[in-house]
Amino acid sequence: MEILVCARRVPDTSENEIELNSAGNDIERDDLVYSINEWDNYAVEEALQIVARVGGNVTVVTVGGEDDEEILRREMAMGANHGVLISDDAFRGSDGRGLATILAVFVRKGPYDLILTGVQAEDGGAQVGGMLAALLDYPFASLVNSVEVLDGKLKVSREIAGGNKEINEIDLPCVLSIQTGINEPRYVGMRGIRQVASIPIPTPSASDLGIDPATVGQAAAKVKRVDYFVPALGKGAEMLQGSREENIDKLLELVAAKGGLK
Amino acid sequence: MARIFAYIVHKVGVADDSATELVAAAKKIDPAASPTAIVTGCGADLDAVCSTLRSSYSEVWKIAHETLAYPNAELIRKALVKVLPQGSILLVAHEHFGIDLAPGLSIKLNSTFVSDVLVIEGVDGVTLRVVRQEFGGQVSTHVRCDISSGAVITVRPGAFKPLESAPASGSVVDKSSEIGVLVARRRYLETVVAEAGDVDITKHSVLVSIGRGIQEKDNVAIAQELADALGAAVSCSRPVVDAKWLEKSRQVGTSGKTVKPKVYLACGISGAFQHLAGIKGNPFIVAINKNPKAPIFQVADVGIVDDLLEFLPEFTNKVREMRTVSAK
Repeated sequence: MEILVCARRVPDTSENEIELNSAGNDIERDDLVYSINEWDNYAVEEALQIVARVGGNVTVVTVGGEDDEEILRREMAMGANHGVLISDDAFRGSDGRGLATILAVFVRKGPYDLILTGVQAEDGGAQVGGMLAALLDYPFASLVNSVEVLDGKLKVSREIAGGNKEINEIDLPCVLSIQTGINEPRYVGMRGIRQVASIPIPTPSASDLGIDPATVGQAAAKVKRVDYFVPALGKGAEMLQGSREENIDKLLELVAAKGGLK
Repeated sequence: MARIFAYIVHKVGVADDSATELVAAAKKIDPAASPTAIVTGCGADLDAVCSTLRSSYSEVWKIAHETLAYPNAELIRKALVKVLPQGSILLVAHEHFGIDLAPGLSIKLNSTFVSDVLVIEGVDGVTLRVVRQEFGGQVSTHVRCDISSGAVITVRPGAFKPLESAPASGSVVDKSSEIGVLVARRRYLETVVAEAGDVDITKHSVLVSIGRGIQEKDNVAIAQELADALGAAVSCSRPVVDAKWLEKSRQVGTSGKTVKPKVYLACGISGAFQHLAGIKGNPFIVAINKNPKAPIFQVADVGIVDDLLEFLPEFTNKVREMRTVSAK
């Protein structure tokens, strides 16, 4: 099976506190630690596990600039066979539809049976996978938390409310958006990344792919983020500001009063 | 202004809570709007939902077909493409069905997709102004959307308060004959109900709930010790289950359990909406987190900024001390 995983590099929320910059129009990007979007990392691991069972290749693709190459190398160190960095100034400012448009063109030029994305990006809206499937006219399943390969189709489980699972059969080729927790992504060390450091990563541009710049990027975007802000708190918590010992005493008193000591 | 529709999710003949929230959202787009509900399904369940919706929508479009007995997003997308007028605005709740349906539908309708909206500020000409969240709710963004060719908008459940006044009795319009033959390449097989775990967190009145801030599996014991001292149970947020530190049955949130405790100690939990949506019954919420900007502090009653791994053991000792004193 030829599997393509669409991935993105995003600020890592487990490593950073996301804050506003001093101008108040963007997040503070100095000293921000970036990594592969968490959902996408699970998608790559799932692709590797599928290929280990049924054979094939895993390609990881991202749309971005040279900084984004690091996540491709990381996923190649995990075991992905190929990395592709789709890169062109014309792609800057693309909205979800723009990204899906770029990826759809790339998919059509390749041999891919299965396309995986993460369910969502840290700064996104769970949109590219579903749009990509519709542009390709492939079937789609979101929130996938298990994949079994059958003949010409897959049996997939979707995460629905209350921890229940919705089991579906889906024809190949198809697009799945992968939920966190589907597997345990393998560890990648610096050594692994060094071993793939010299593997060439193709960087196709808009003209290489035959993409009309007018259909992507800032100009074509119908959804535009204007700024970032932190909304005024609702009532907000009463913050205990004492020493740890004082806070513990106060908390114990409050918890006991609310019936928290059984 | 484009005509506004709301796709209503339902189960066993009961419309989802979002049914009335989507009316409120529609009025934010256009105060003069009289949105139309669309429901799909079959049999008596569908009729029951239509009947309920007549109290909050002036018009209800009913699409009945045996193949729609289970809400398969691919089939429903095809049906909606057939019935929706060009340039329509369609609202749907941002949950597991809406996430499945909406992005692809926007492509097939050639309209704009706006995801997981919390606030609708209004419309200027063809520009819809909304507020979304990013990074698990740590920051919000103002977003401008060109809706000149229509829009598919997913709305955060619970973000819009249902309106108090509702139109009296709407009419039901049967659109079933307009959808033609629907063929799916994704077929629903069955629903597997979540396994019951060793501890039923929904039955506990006090929960010590842990998130990513617990850092590693061995530290779960620190929370368990506090829970034992309090007579509580340990529950958790999604990252703890993803990391396999606790069973899925311990997870609070939209994809886990809905709990109604009296006291909820959120330890190292950032407070993403999917987690908060699982906490009902207005409990006393205590948030302990080392990040003073964690969204959990917006909803908690009491907040403490501290290192969990140091704070919890000391708190446990204090609880034990108090128990000993009161036992004497």
